[in-house]
Amino acid sequence: MSRVPLLCAEGVAKSFGARVACRDVGFELHAGEILGVVGESGSGKTTLLRCLAGQLTPDAGRVAYADRSGALRDVFAMSEAERRRLARTEWGFVHQNPRDGLRMGISAGANVGERLMAVGWRHYGAIRASALAWLANVEIAADRIDDLPAGFSGGMQQRLQIARNLVSEPRLVYMDEPTGGLDVSVQARLLDLLRRLVQRLQLASVVVTHDLGVVRMLCDRLMVMQAGEVVEEGLTDQVLDDPQHAYTQLLVSSILPA
Amino acid sequence: MKPSSPAMAGEPSANYNFAFLDEQTKRMIRRGLLKAVAIPGHQIPFGSREMPLPYGWGTGGIQITASIVGPDDVLKVIDQGADDTTNAINIRRFFARTAGIATTERTDRASIVQTRHRVPEKPLRAGQILVFQVPTPEPLRWLERREAETRKMHALAEYGAMHVNLYEDIARFGRIAKSYDYPVLVNGRYIMSPSPIPKFDNPKLHMSPALQLYGAGREKRLYAVPPYTEVKSLDFEDHPFRIERWTEACALCGAGDSFLDEVVMDDAGGRMLVCSDSEYCAERRAAGHRGKAAP
Amino acid sequence: MYVPVKGGEQAIDNAARLLAESRRGDPAVPELTLAQIEGQLAHAVDRVMAEGSLYDRKLAALAIKQARGDLVEAIFLLRAYRTTLLRFGASEPLDTRRMAIRRRISATFKDLPGGQVLGASFDYTHRLLDFSLAETGGPCPAAAKASQALPSDMPSIADILEREGLIEREPAESGGAVADLTREPLRFPAARPVRLQALARADEGFLLGLGYSTQRGYGNNHPFAGEIRHGMVTVEFVPEELGFAVALGEVELTECQMVNQFKGSAAQPPHFTRGYGVAFGHAERKAMAMALVDRSLRAAELGEEVTAPAQDPEFVLYHGDNVEASGFVQHLKLPHYVDFQAELVTVRDLRREFNERAAGRREAAE
Repeated sequence: MSRVPLLCAEGVAKSFGARVACRDVGFELHAGEILGVVGESGSGKTTLLRCLAGQLTPDAGRVAYADRSGALRDVFAMSEAERRRLARTEWGFVHQNPRDGLRMGISAGANVGERLMAVGWRHYGAIRASALAWLANVEIAADRIDDLPAGFSGGMQQRLQIARNLVSEPRLVYMDEPTGGLDVSVQARLLDLLRRLVQRLQLASVVVTHDLGVVRMLCDRLMVMQAGEVVEEGLTDQVLDDPQHAYTQLLVSSILPA
Repeated sequence: MKPSSPAMAGEPSANYNFAFLDEQTKRMIRRGLLKAVAIPGHQIPFGSREMPLPYGWGTGGIQITASIVGPDDVLKVIDQGADDTTNAINIRRFFARTAGIATTERTDRASIVQTRHRVPEKPLRAGQILVFQVPTPEPLRWLERREAETRKMHALAEYGAMHVNLYEDIARFGRIAKSYDYPVLVNGRYIMSPSPIPKFDNPKLHMSPALQLYGAGREKRLYAVPPYTEVKSLDFEDHPFRIERWTEACALCGAGDSFLDEVVMDDAGGRMLVCSDSEYCAERRAAGHRGKAAP
Repeated sequence: MYVPVKGGEQAIDNAARLLAESRRGDPAVPELTLAQIEGQLAHAVDRVMAEGSLYDRKLAALAIKQARGDLVEAIFLLRAYRTTLLRFGASEPLDTRRMAIRRRISATFKDLPGGQVLGASFDYTHRLLDFSLAETGGPCPAAAKASQALPSDMPSIADILEREGLIEREPAESGGAVADLTREPLRFPAARPVRLQALARADEGFLLGLGYSTQRGYGNNHPFAGEIRHGMVTVEFVPEELGFAVALGEVELTECQMVNQFKGSAAQPPHFTRGYGVAFGHAERKAMAMALVDRSLRAAELGEEVTAPAQDPEFVLYHGDNVEASGFVQHLKLPHYVDFQAELVTVRDLRREFNERAAGRREAAE
């Protein structure tokens, strides 16, 4: 079976001054597949994610995405207009800090509806109905639709950010530490929600995290990064149950037994 | 050092060029205006000059008028719809002094109407030019404060966020609450600020036979709506654009179709409503129309 | 009976006459002469020339007199006048290395070639009100003369650091024409020559506050006052028909070379970087503040994290011009009847609808 991958990275490298953030990173991601990227903070995960999402231009390498027409296209050879259109239609980006991904000054409903309006929805009632449905999907009560996200708890803000991303039915969602900064019990609920949503929507995703619990719950495959380089990759269970690289062994052994 | 009198009244000054600006500057502004007319609603950066009137008081409109005015033009200047407000008088006198041109209070006799905050009630005709003074030319500014970003949003027609504002109004108030400087889509392409005219005036911009020129001096932008161009006020299908309506008519001339200003009569809450457009009101009264408070 | 107000023209004329009378003040007190303003309020004249972007002491003095000492208003007058002036061309770049020095100090070296030249400065005075100045006609003070003339090419501290490779090289002259902000709109990203131009015209108080903010943690750039020099510089111009430079005259300038730490990057070892400030006349506060802000606006170019207002070119350059700012703030005095009326109608409707909804809820509850 030689399906065209949804996302394809080759030799991606990025440095800031003397510091190498990532080097020679490559992988293929297929539709509906979840790839985890793990490593300690400073290992270059977030930089890699931003390169993949077209927010940061890599120093070397190639990132290609197959849009709905099926052809693989170089993300950085596209016009900025196309990249921005993809970013608000076929892609999503969930930030670790929901404040970076939400508009804090407008209501929850408008946060969810914005992408719809951006792609030309002009019927208030329809936008509102869709916002309500998505708030329900992420377990936010309907009567909070006109409230500002500033009054929401951290977990609610994160769920709202997810709804805001998924409303346009993207095919690929980048997530940067989606459960970071949340209490453990809140994390578990969010993970459970995420797992159900990605399954139901057949979403592909690249999830950056330092939390192996997130990886085990969510990810089909796994890449382990250390000092900007991929040191090990494979199926999640395989890597976590039988780590080969010393750094992976250290990571796996450093999580508390469940 | 050239001697010059600081007073605003008097003869056209021999110390200044016709209409104050030098001819090179006028040409530069006219080139900008041509570009603006060619791309309706698109903001053109221009080398706005330091004028002898303060920024925010009409320097953009004044520079446009100065660049297009000729000795045979007849100029009308209004502020808040009225010819007799201090700023309108000041600008009219500026041109009378620096260009020595004829001025008028009658819309139908004017070849150029410079305005702040209103469009005359009387329909304009082909060949007339309406010059708007614009404080904030960027309709996206309240959503995105960065110029580099707003220019990109215009270039890519990324206008979704604009409707987010309208959505918020409906969610909170049950309707769109924006009452002036109500954003419009010009020729199906660019979102444009109509300047702080009341939304009551927005329909007058649509398919107008007159040329509309907009100038923002401090922000250094020109834009235009050519004659007979589509100008659509933003709205939702199920919440269409509507203008304000008064339950009363003008107390002086009885007009029921004009924008009304509220005049506070006493400190006991007494109020009356009169036409904001002073010329329209006076002309109706001269034609024998009477409102309930008319003599 | 209501009659709409007319006669605005008469009122404006009367207001102008009242202004003229107030400007003159008590007729028993002698009228100010331009020579007095030019000679005795020299810092005011300097500031009006610098922010008015026009080097003409007499016109600046006139503007100050006309503006009754309101310097921002005087700057506005000078700028509007400047609009009407013909352009003959651009002068050659000023060579401040060949400045005829009146004052020159460095905070980075105790002694240096050319020495510390204190000149006329408030810096070393006690700020005690001097009541002897309340009387006029006192003896004319005279300063002691130096025994020998200062060198005509006082070495620059930055040059000394540059020779050792300790400070970044001044970027080579591009040779291209520098954009003229008084003829072309500001565009972003704005290159350093454009930024410097905007800063040179910017309000001194605004720059002072911004520069100060960088010293208080809002975008720290570790500055040292490498050198401040004040004196006269020759302006040279190349007329097309001659093809060589001729001296047009001299302008009084204050220049500040700020020396700032820089951590270095992958490609560059640690070294010092520059912040530059310059102003017409004797204006050290302005030149120093400008140099701080110039350096902080270079944060992005030097790969530093951009977090503070003083590092944000759009924020700084769009809000530093006092003629723009004063005009737009004061335009709020203009009538806004129409917009306010439109808002009144909307707010009244919204309040009525709100009350109707509330009444409806009460009825439903009963």
